[in-house]
Amino acid sequence: MTENNSAVSIRNVTKIFNQGRPNEVVALEDISLEIQPNEFVSLIGPSGCGKSTLLRIIAELLQPTRGEVQVYGKTAHQARLDQDYGFVFQSATLYDWRTVAKNVQLPLEVMGFSREQRKQRASEMLKLVELEGFENHYPWQLSGGMQQRVSIARALSFNPKLLLMDEPFGALDEMTRERMNLELQRIWDRTQTTIVFVTHSIPEAVFLSSRVVLLSPRPGRITEILDIDLPMPRAWEVREDPHYFELVNHLRDTLRAIEGGVQ
Amino acid sequence: MSLQRVWRQYAPTIVLAVVVILLWELIVRVFNIERFLLPAPSAILANFTSNLDRLTHIGWFTTKEALGGFAIGCSLGILAAFVTARWTIINETILPFAIAANSVPILAFAPIVNNWFGVDNPLSKMVIVAVIVFFPMMINTLRGLTLVDRNALELMHSYAASEVEILLKLRVPNALPYMFQAFKLAAALSMIGAVVSEYFGGNRSALGVFITQEAALFRFESAWSAIIIACIVGITFYLVILFVERLVIPWHASFRTTEHG
Amino acid sequence: MTTAASTPSASRLPRSARQLIAFLLIVLAILVVWEGAKYLGGDPWRADSNPFGIEHRPPFRVKVLSDLNLPHVWSIIEAFGNPARRNGPPLVQILFDAAVYTFREAFAGFVIGGLLGFLLGAIFAHVRLFERGCMPYVVASQTVPIIAIAPMVIIWLKAGWISVAVISAYLTFFPVTINTLRGLKSPDPTQLELMHSFAASTWTIMWKLRFPAALPYIFTSLKVSATTSVVGAIIGELPSGIRQGLGGAILNFNQYYISGPGRLWATIIVSALVGIFFFILVALVERLVLSGRYPKTEIS
Repeated sequence: MTENNSAVSIRNVTKIFNQGRPNEVVALEDISLEIQPNEFVSLIGPSGCGKSTLLRIIAELLQPTRGEVQVYGKTAHQARLDQDYGFVFQSATLYDWRTVAKNVQLPLEVMGFSREQRKQRASEMLKLVELEGFENHYPWQLSGGMQQRVSIARALSFNPKLLLMDEPFGALDEMTRERMNLELQRIWDRTQTTIVFVTHSIPEAVFLSSRVVLLSPRPGRITEILDIDLPMPRAWEVREDPHYFELVNHLRDTLRAIEGGVQ
Repeated sequence: MSLQRVWRQYAPTIVLAVVVILLWELIVRVFNIERFLLPAPSAILANFTSNLDRLTHIGWFTTKEALGGFAIGCSLGILAAFVTARWTIINETILPFAIAANSVPILAFAPIVNNWFGVDNPLSKMVIVAVIVFFPMMINTLRGLTLVDRNALELMHSYAASEVEILLKLRVPNALPYMFQAFKLAAALSMIGAVVSEYFGGNRSALGVFITQEAALFRFESAWSAIIIACIVGITFYLVILFVERLVIPWHASFRTTEHG
Repeated sequence: MTTAASTPSASRLPRSARQLIAFLLIVLAILVVWEGAKYLGGDPWRADSNPFGIEHRPPFRVKVLSDLNLPHVWSIIEAFGNPARRNGPPLVQILFDAAVYTFREAFAGFVIGGLLGFLLGAIFAHVRLFERGCMPYVVASQTVPIIAIAPMVIIWLKAGWISVAVISAYLTFFPVTINTLRGLKSPDPTQLELMHSFAASTWTIMWKLRFPAALPYIFTSLKVSATTSVVGAIIGELPSGIRQGLGGAILNFNQYYISGPGRLWATIIVSALVGIFFFILVALVERLVLSGRYPKTEIS
């Protein structure tokens, strides 16, 4: 195995569901991708292109049919056992029976942090996502955007080396979503975590990412990898930058071409 | 909560009861209906108050049987669920057995069980109650342990959590609302089960035996008095479970108020 | 699609086949535990009384496991073939006739209870005052031990299949009421708003939206009611003096339990089979009525 310093190294990954059955689906075909430490990489593509599948393969929640994934030079399995992953879903997936603070502490409990550490980390994280004062609320008492912030706080609470986000803002309204984008941008800037981010919103991907990976559907293949060379850290004004529009339009055109080819 | 709101909540229930009872009394008196056809509420009430000592005595006897059977049946049901939850194939196959268990007239086992432990032994009745309670308890617990949100489970896997941790931190809390649903059902069923199991004989100071005897002698006032006792105990048991549920799972959707934090 | 689970390659058999195998294995396991317990703690096995010709003295003696309290599986099977009375027809024929009789009562009870349950649910769904006023009593009604009421019902309606059907209906209506109410209230606000935007009448909303939405809920409860209606009919027969049904058979074979325990067990098995048969019948109707609503694989 060649030495490499990638945060995530995906080599020739193919994923076939229901192999050998009539309902066989090739979800991903021969995907190779290197993600560097501290990078923010977005996976984007039409629905059914396997972007969530790829994310789950990185996290070892799914096994690739062929190919392999390395995370910081380790197998995905080892990385999962080393608890390198923070995962954020489209739904906040908070546990109903836990208060906000207890939800943030959940991974810390599993990982055996002491009670003081847990309390301290939880309050730090809630401060980071600007939810101080909500520690003792139950999830149902929060709005959708607040719930998602709790789930981000939970994912970051144990300083994971890799943050995996599966359309985390997909269920939010547009205004909340834009605010959450700014927030995530700020958090990423502050924590310097490596982030792999799945979305189907082009503006969101361009605004947040250092690189955007475009996938085509059925079977999922990498169509294009685009460097987002907008200055960092990005503030609200970036969305009015002409270059931002250029990048968004470019991705939009490519995506349209892919979808046209499919139909 | 203001008194007015409480009143508005329960007024229809109370008014209905009053209307029905008055109407019942009126019909019995006006049409001069025979006592053995339908006793008047006033007659039942008179019987109830004058026999209260005896009724509470036999009521308590049967309540103990119900409680014992509830405890045995629920524990075994929960145990069975925890043991079988690991094999998904059992989950998928449990339904035919549940249907079968539901269609067996458990009552028919009463004479057999009476043979096992003796007619007078409260254990005979507890076994019947336990059998009645067992399946709903097992199936609901099993559902709660296995019908876990996919993402919630993936989250635990992403932390490399062990199966024990997943069980304690996710599956068990997830199962609690389902289990309370079963407890509530079991509470109501256990009192019925105890009374029904006494149909084929039992201790002379048992509610079911008393009802059967009084009904056979056409003394329906005292049969009704005993039925009222059975209902009161059943409803009380149900309400107690409801109260405990509120204490244990206050986060559950059914207790949410509309206010927003 | 992306969240579709990958199935382990070990289980190549179709799901239904695996379920069938598991089902048979569990049945087998129950039989093995049953006879195993009798092998350890039952009465002595005589070679001429079991199909395997086993001669065996169990090491323990447990009262519950004696041949009287827990007959051998083969004794129960044997009981089906033997005549219940001297020179009478075999038990299986008697039980079949009784099952048909009880099923008719149960069916009548199911229809009465189902209609009453639906009607109550529909009224409760539309008139909040009724729901709040009556619901506690509907719930309380289920804490009344039916067997205690049965003798009075029989006096009111005369002993006969009608009173048995009414007793059975008393057990059946409750789940239907609850699920009808829940189902009729299940359409979400936007669907109701859509109907209101057409200026649809309450009646139209009921039949075009609420009722179709409630159907899956109603069928779920009807399946429960199908099995309980059989149990209800059997219970109803006990105090009413009806001897042609399964309830009568239970009373009868209970009386002569000592001379042939297998017969009571056989009657219990037949009772369960009637309930299961009724369940399957309703499930088939459900499939027919709701066909096309769900993907084929999900219905089973």
